Amino acid sequence: MTATTTTDAAVRTYRDYDRPLWQRVLLTREMAIIALLLIVALIAIPTVRGFSQPITLTFLLLDVMPILLIALPMTLIIITGEIDLSVASIAGLASVLTGVMTQAGVPFELAAVLAIVAGAIGGAINGFLITVVGLPSLAVTIGTLALYRGLAVGLLGTTAITDFPEFWTDLAKARVGGSNIPVVLFLFLVLLVVFVVLLHFTPFGRGIYAIGLASEAARFSGVRVERTKFILFMLSGTISALAGIYYTLRYGSARGDNATGLELQVIAAVLLGGVSIFGGRGAIHGVIAGVLLIGVLASALRLANVTSDVINIITGVLLVLSVVTSSFLAWLRKRRRAPGGTPRVEASTAG
Amino acid sequence: MTATIEKSDVTKRLRAVGAAREFGILIALLLVIIAATIANPNFLFSADGWRDLLLTPSILVLLAVGQAIVIITRNVDLSVGSVLGLSAYLCGRLFIDLEGIPIIAVFVIVIVFGGLLGLVNGALVAFAKVPSLVITLGTLYAYRGINVLWTGGDRINASDLPRDFLALGTGQILFIPILTIIALVVLAVAGWLMKNTRGGREFYAIGSDPAAAELYGLRVTRRLLTAFVLSGALAGLGGVLYAARYGTISSQAGSGWELDAVGAAVIGGVAIFGGSGTVWGAAIGAVLLLTINRALPILGIPDFWQRAVVGALIIGAIVLDRVLAIRQKRKLLEAREEGE
Repeated sequence: MTATTTTDAAVRTYRDYDRPLWQRVLLTREMAIIALLLIVALIAIPTVRGFSQPITLTFLLLDVMPILLIALPMTLIIITGEIDLSVASIAGLASVLTGVMTQAGVPFELAAVLAIVAGAIGGAINGFLITVVGLPSLAVTIGTLALYRGLAVGLLGTTAITDFPEFWTDLAKARVGGSNIPVVLFLFLVLLVVFVVLLHFTPFGRGIYAIGLASEAARFSGVRVERTKFILFMLSGTISALAGIYYTLRYGSARGDNATGLELQVIAAVLLGGVSIFGGRGAIHGVIAGVLLIGVLASALRLANVTSDVINIITGVLLVLSVVTSSFLAWLRKRRRAPGGTPRVEASTAG
Repeated sequence: MTATIEKSDVTKRLRAVGAAREFGILIALLLVIIAATIANPNFLFSADGWRDLLLTPSILVLLAVGQAIVIITRNVDLSVGSVLGLSAYLCGRLFIDLEGIPIIAVFVIVIVFGGLLGLVNGALVAFAKVPSLVITLGTLYAYRGINVLWTGGDRINASDLPRDFLALGTGQILFIPILTIIALVVLAVAGWLMKNTRGGREFYAIGSDPAAAELYGLRVTRRLLTAFVLSGALAGLGGVLYAARYGTISSQAGSGWELDAVGAAVIGGVAIFGGSGTVWGAAIGAVLLLTINRALPILGIPDFWQRAVVGALIIGAIVLDRVLAIRQKRKLLEAREEGE
């Protein structure tokens, strides 16, 4: 429940602490998304044929795994008020690098490690341009989105590399024993624990929120703003590369266009999960619920034989609705707090 | 303060830097064209080469102009690719479902339609005070989804479209393709409006400092709506031209173009945080982007590397802008110290 107190700390008026504990815990964006996720799942189980089969859950998890993985560092980056659009391109590049090196005779394990290192370097380049050169992350990562994707496509053209060790491709799809839990879930859980601890239980994580709320104030209170952002972008590159390798193994092929467009899905899920695009607000459990919500909707609709593209409309509308309602609620709250007083004008800022 | 003298000095310098910025891209564009022409004279000196050079960037120029206006107000419109796709399909459907409909009516209907899609973006951004990045990311999905739902696996083929309309896509007046003329007219009008009218300057004011613009009494909401409607309408026009140029319209028409449009604006010197840049720069950026794409294979670089070059260009452009900004700041500081 650290998350709840965190978000409240953003406002830190006594009013927030006047509310009883149960309200502070339950009436949050994160809980709303979790509730929505449960409602959708509960509706889908009796109405959609085959949705309640355990195998559905397995495939659902396998499908959303790249999004889940990349959403972790993306959450931290967006909380600092920055954004990373290059994640899917780094994933694609890592996929291609692994493929090319494996084909050249490098053992797969070594190739994968090198690809992850390349991802970290890619993230570090983003971080360097943003923190040292001082460029806006939106512009930088639009550039590297094209650059890294271009390198991936350039290296491999339109061909695909498909010969990977069976052990690893099987592992990517393997389930634990006779159960329906994919093995790769454990990889995610480990990372999840790392990120939850990092964000919610360390000074580093508190610094991330501080940067998002007021970068200057954070700097003066001793947060090393540039270093923090640099580390986050490097982390983002590393995890994206990892997701790219998973993607390669899951579908058994390294292609230049692997994971294209994934960045938008990740960002949509993160924002849906209650992270504010302005920074300073959000928590990991909300983000996980956001990713799963999109995954559950997609899988239920696919089973219900609705064309899979309807999910695009739903993702889009959900995203818009989630931000519009939250700003509407904020507006209502402000009205209630200051009756008669005019609400402060907040100009819309760039994304 | 020796206000008057310094002020004119400052504006002169600002103007000089601004001019240099667009000038720089123009030089880059010319270099690419010259290099490609030396490698293969047909790039410029053949009827096809000349036509492609002008025709290929026309549609992206329209999107880049709209995008530049939106970015100048410190927003971004990621939905333009989806708006273009949906508009292109609507355009095709109009010709199929209402046989004999005048071409000009199709233009008007589709542009208005694009404007309405832009209005939805603008209203959500301006009234709900939600960042445009999020809103237009949402509508990027939603519009594309509607498009896919409407089109299904279907597609519109050139044979479904009237011949007169398709002639627009290939026709030329005085060796200049008609689509290019349309893009140039739009560009000139937008460029003039942005530079010389009160409304145009207000876009810049809002982008430089939204809060100050609001306090100063500018109608921020109305201006933001206008910017998004313009961007949508231009994407709508782009949709019609897309249909005329390619003839084939699937549900994926224009997908991914939003990043090209933003990239073109950024390469063209439109600052991503608003308040500076011109539609001319964005348009040259768009031409440069697509011309490089076509020049690479001629220069012996496999066209798979196109995107990498584009990315490197975007990074180069923003780093250059940053360097120029720092240099200018230092110069201004020096000028102030000397003045005192």
